[in-house]
Amino acid sequence: MSEIQATPQVTSAESGPDWQRVYRLMLTIRLFEERANDLYQRKIMPGLAHLSSGEEGVAVGVCTALRDDDYITSTHRGHGHCLAKGASADRMFAELLGKAAGYCGGKGGSMHIADQERGNLGANAIVGGSLGIATGAALSIKQRGSDQVAVSFIGDGALGQGVLYEVMNMASLWKLPIIYVCENNLYGEYTASSETIAGRPIERATAFGIPATEVDGQDVRAVYAATAEAVARARSGGGPAFLWCSTYRYFGHHVGDVDRGYYRSREEEQFWREQRDPISLARVWLEADGLVDAASLEELAEEVTHELDAAVEFAVAAPFPNPDQVATDVFA
Amino acid sequence: MSSPDPTPEGESRELTMAQAIREAIAEEMRRDSSVFVMGEDVAEAGTPFKVLSGLVEEFGPERVIDTPISEPGFTGMGVGAAMTGRRPVVDIMFGDFLGLVMDQVANQAAKVHYMSGGKLSVPLTIRTTMGASRRSAAQHSQSLHAWVSHIPGLKVVLPSTPYDAKGLMKTAIRDNSPVVFFEDKMNYQQRGQVPVAEYTIPLGVADIKRPGKDVTVIATSSMVLVAMEAAEVLAQEGIECEVVDPRTTVPLDREALINSVGRTTRAVVVDEGHRSYGVGAELAAVVSEGAFYFLDAPVRRLGAMDVPIPFSPVLEDLTVPTVQGLVDTVRELCGRK
Repeated sequence: MSEIQATPQVTSAESGPDWQRVYRLMLTIRLFEERANDLYQRKIMPGLAHLSSGEEGVAVGVCTALRDDDYITSTHRGHGHCLAKGASADRMFAELLGKAAGYCGGKGGSMHIADQERGNLGANAIVGGSLGIATGAALSIKQRGSDQVAVSFIGDGALGQGVLYEVMNMASLWKLPIIYVCENNLYGEYTASSETIAGRPIERATAFGIPATEVDGQDVRAVYAATAEAVARARSGGGPAFLWCSTYRYFGHHVGDVDRGYYRSREEEQFWREQRDPISLARVWLEADGLVDAASLEELAEEVTHELDAAVEFAVAAPFPNPDQVATDVFA
Repeated sequence: MSSPDPTPEGESRELTMAQAIREAIAEEMRRDSSVFVMGEDVAEAGTPFKVLSGLVEEFGPERVIDTPISEPGFTGMGVGAAMTGRRPVVDIMFGDFLGLVMDQVANQAAKVHYMSGGKLSVPLTIRTTMGASRRSAAQHSQSLHAWVSHIPGLKVVLPSTPYDAKGLMKTAIRDNSPVVFFEDKMNYQQRGQVPVAEYTIPLGVADIKRPGKDVTVIATSSMVLVAMEAAEVLAQEGIECEVVDPRTTVPLDREALINSVGRTTRAVVVDEGHRSYGVGAELAAVVSEGAFYFLDAPVRRLGAMDVPIPFSPVLEDLTVPTVQGLVDTVRELCGRK
């Protein structure tokens, strides 16, 4: 049986990713979600919006350890994964608004953004719905003799889906290059995961012989390090891994979930925002390690803000799809 | 039972439906190294119906993969493998198990191409079975092709002869969309002429299995054989049935159905799905709408009774359309008692 792995540690001094870029990506996601929220509140964005603010450390930490040609599958709370894998904000906003210039021509929307050029096989509005797809992509990688890897982002709610245990079993049996990244944001919709998950979650992976690691999802360095280790093992034929990343969603389950008092307290929300914010935490050690100074971070924030405002402007001005598109793309 | 197919041109030989399907898959696996088979007991066992016997010996366990009994898991993996450069042929042993995989089929496979604005595609073939009369009771006897025919994005194939099965299977595997391929368990040993030379049959082209001028019998899958037998009986009485086999419900060759009914002015639909809300209802609606001004009588439907398929042979045989039932219906429709 596979052991539960100790969380690997890295310091910023180590040769690793470009931490400034990491910080910038997290900030991009944060400001993207703020704008998505705003567009939704102003009724410019139709449908549903599940925001990932607070969870940036997981998306960016994981995707920073991936190559462009590695695959990911994402969830209904997937804007961050998509941006972290390299999607551009303008076409993402366009998709959120149902515009023709969106990544899916406006046919997918917030919950279904796919960006095949960067290996993003799509977000999924069924909890655990993309586990089969990601594991199948890993089977494809193995059959093709490639050294790509696949990552399946799931939330703690997906632990309730039987398909997770089916695919983990096959991934372990066949040593498939897949990493299951579970974002434990403590709530499945409006119910605390403590009410829905029995036992120790990562033992569900180790039971299949899959190495599993508990990761502080608010520390992007820890997420990156754990992912990099799992990716290196998977690329060299070592099989799957499971990362259990503790994190928190600042907004409700969706934008309309405003009165949250019946399932979580303001104090708890305040604690995570003030004490455990992945961007603030990164900023502290980036400055402490002398990798950035306050002035350059201000400059960077201004740059990202400008970029995202321009992206929103592009999306708002972009035309809707032509009605003749309604019946295209049903069959390939 | 022998197949209603006319002898194809060129050299041919007699194969069973099972052999024809196996030959189609083997040919496609030789032709395209991205084609592989995955499912329960598909390798050494060659499936419970021995449809895939011999494939693992030729192609090895990497391309003929025995899975755990995890239909949602391996069907979902088929979707993901198809999205990333492979052409999986996923085996769902009994059509009844579609109940286990509907999220993967209806919410994932069927929608990926559309939801991604046409950027991702799912060249996946799902083989499964249909058909009662094997005394297998309610969870191994259903004909659930209506379920998948209802979901936009899925193509659905229902072969009735070895010739059709082979040509349609090859096309299904080459198709870039997900295709659900239904094989009637009762037809696996049915024999028919299959050309030696390579051929494919396009999806969405109906086939007139027997020409006739008095009444159109639109029949699917094993019901084509029921229709052919009934047509033989009725011919003795001077009623000439035209038996039309749509061969695929999606895409559906509406024009062929409507044209036939336009010629004969009467139509009966025979399909083994449950009678209510099913494929039979859709086919009847297509000809009712499309050939309304030609019709001399309301379109009739024969389907499985709206009951779970019972085990007892005495009861089970009452639930599915029979030659006698079809003969009686056609007689009525033609004003003969």
